[in-house]
Amino acid sequence: MVYKYFEHQADVGIIGVGKTLEESFQEAARAMFQIMASLNSIEGKKSVSISVKSEDLEGLFIEWLNELIAQVGLKNMLFSRFDIKIEKKQDKYILKGKAYGEKINSEKHKLKTEVKAASYSQLKVKKENNKYTARCVVDV
Amino acid sequence: MSEIKVKDFTLEEVKKLVWEIKKVDDMLVPGRVYGSKNIIDHLIEDVKLGKDWNALRQIKNVAYLPGIQNYSLALSDVHPGYGFPIGGVGAFDAEKGVVSFAGVGFDANCGVRTMITPLVKEDVLKKQKIILEKFFKEVPAGLGSTGDLKLSMSEIDEVLVKGAEFAFERGYGFKEDLRYIEEGGIVKGANPANVSNKAKQRQFKEVGTLGSGNHYLELQYVDEILDPKIAKVYGLKKNQVLISLHTGSRALGHQTGTDYLKVLSDASRKYNIPIRERELVCAPINSDEGQKYISAEFAAFNCAFANRQVLAHLARKAMIKVFDIDEKEIKTLYDIGHNTCKFEKHKVNGKMKKLLIHRKGSTRAFGPGREEIPEKYRKVGQPVLIGGTMGTCSYILHGTDKGMEDTFGSSAHGAGRRMSRHEAKRTYRGEKLINELSRKGILIKGHGWGGIAEEAPGAYKDADEVVNVMHQTGISKIVVKTKPMVCIKG
Repeated sequence: MVYKYFEHQADVGIIGVGKTLEESFQEAARAMFQIMASLNSIEGKKSVSISVKSEDLEGLFIEWLNELIAQVGLKNMLFSRFDIKIEKKQDKYILKGKAYGEKINSEKHKLKTEVKAASYSQLKVKKENNKYTARCVVDV
Repeated sequence: MSEIKVKDFTLEEVKKLVWEIKKVDDMLVPGRVYGSKNIIDHLIEDVKLGKDWNALRQIKNVAYLPGIQNYSLALSDVHPGYGFPIGGVGAFDAEKGVVSFAGVGFDANCGVRTMITPLVKEDVLKKQKIILEKFFKEVPAGLGSTGDLKLSMSEIDEVLVKGAEFAFERGYGFKEDLRYIEEGGIVKGANPANVSNKAKQRQFKEVGTLGSGNHYLELQYVDEILDPKIAKVYGLKKNQVLISLHTGSRALGHQTGTDYLKVLSDASRKYNIPIRERELVCAPINSDEGQKYISAEFAAFNCAFANRQVLAHLARKAMIKVFDIDEKEIKTLYDIGHNTCKFEKHKVNGKMKKLLIHRKGSTRAFGPGREEIPEKYRKVGQPVLIGGTMGTCSYILHGTDKGMEDTFGSSAHGAGRRMSRHEAKRTYRGEKLINELSRKGILIKGHGWGGIAEEAPGAYKDADEVVNVMHQTGISKIVVKTKPMVCIKG
């Protein structure tokens, strides 16, 4: 499990890599929260339920990240740990699970940059050599 | 005139500093880019390097969209965006054209408010550190900050309809301010019912927050006057201190963008509009989806106007606590958006026509005589506020007849990024940068070192170069150049 970044002129490209599809999504989310604050300082004290769906996996990835961005504002929380399951039902991919984090604390979390949205730019979800990779550019 | 061929693009410099992307296959109009050789070379380099995601491609993609008029335009701050390039302008027939998500983006009506203070540079020098700290304390900025304006969920709908006027009614600012905001600070045709509850829930605590990234609050002074006659009309004198702030519609705009990206993706398929980039999705203006999107974005535009009105007044309040001036002495020069779509009338093939003008990272720059401009400025054209980077300079230009003819009354909006945020962070260290700028007389305070490094002046195109292209092509002309003294970053 690992997360990385890639170059982008105006915004930030994030990459999540994992042994499973779920892990790659979770790692990408961690990459995104590391843009917002110091990831290690965010304790998983409370959880928020997440449920999103989409017709394709790439769409699901964007839905997932955008739902987390929305939860930051709605719950005034930051997240660092995730536990999700992805299933295909009929023609739709469904992601369900939990995001663990805590209330935003400007002293504790060394806040950095807000993320406005996850975008479809350079979006890719793929499996290669038994590894899953999920990537996109987030607008900051 | 020189011609450049690179992969499937042919560019020709049709006028000095104006490059045309030749029309091929199904493009409805040619593309036009305003840029120096250096700016154009950067764009060409991206194509040569095989970056599938590049601004020239995006300019070209916009040229295929139904109802586009004259040219798919990009101004001198051009760089790759989401579907539209940043610095992009797309004008569409109001009857037969489309409205595009990419033409507005995720930060609806992000823009600049500039106010004129009665102070001169020397007044601020004496209390520079004090005002920096005061701004930092009193103007909410950065991730997770909440606004000064306390709203209930039902009141947010009022913000979305009344815009800056709502803020004024709640005691933020003066009636006079509204006159100097584009559209009087209220975009008509907004419908809060078409904005999701999620967007409203994310926003109701955020009205009156600066945000982060490239958003800022600055004290600047007038460094150079290039057009004394118009500077006088705008009320600008040498060394005069200005307050300038850059922010937008905050979470409500971000969520509305995210929500409608899906709606317009479906609409593109429904109305058979080919999708050339996933964000470059549209709906016919006169379709149900198009109308809903426009009314939702107009609501988001009002949210941005309200946000800037609240922040402007908080900045005023901070100023009177530090300097011996009255808040009424701080007057709004102008407030403009640079991520917008607006219904406007322009001349096309000699006839006035109603168009929907998308400006993505582009400022409206109306020339003399337009009735949309406040009476005080109408004879000389509207002020065009172009933000530079925190360590360099900003500019105030004026709109021209030439701009009305060639770019639908649109100009550049900022310096435009040159370096990725990641690269900027590797290249610059926040702390070091703050010290360097401080030696140059510019005090900066932000909510994180990394955020400051990302906004390093060197990470942007040279603001002078961007503005000079606008000036030399006559699209908008420089009135004054300003320099920063105090800067708050989110």
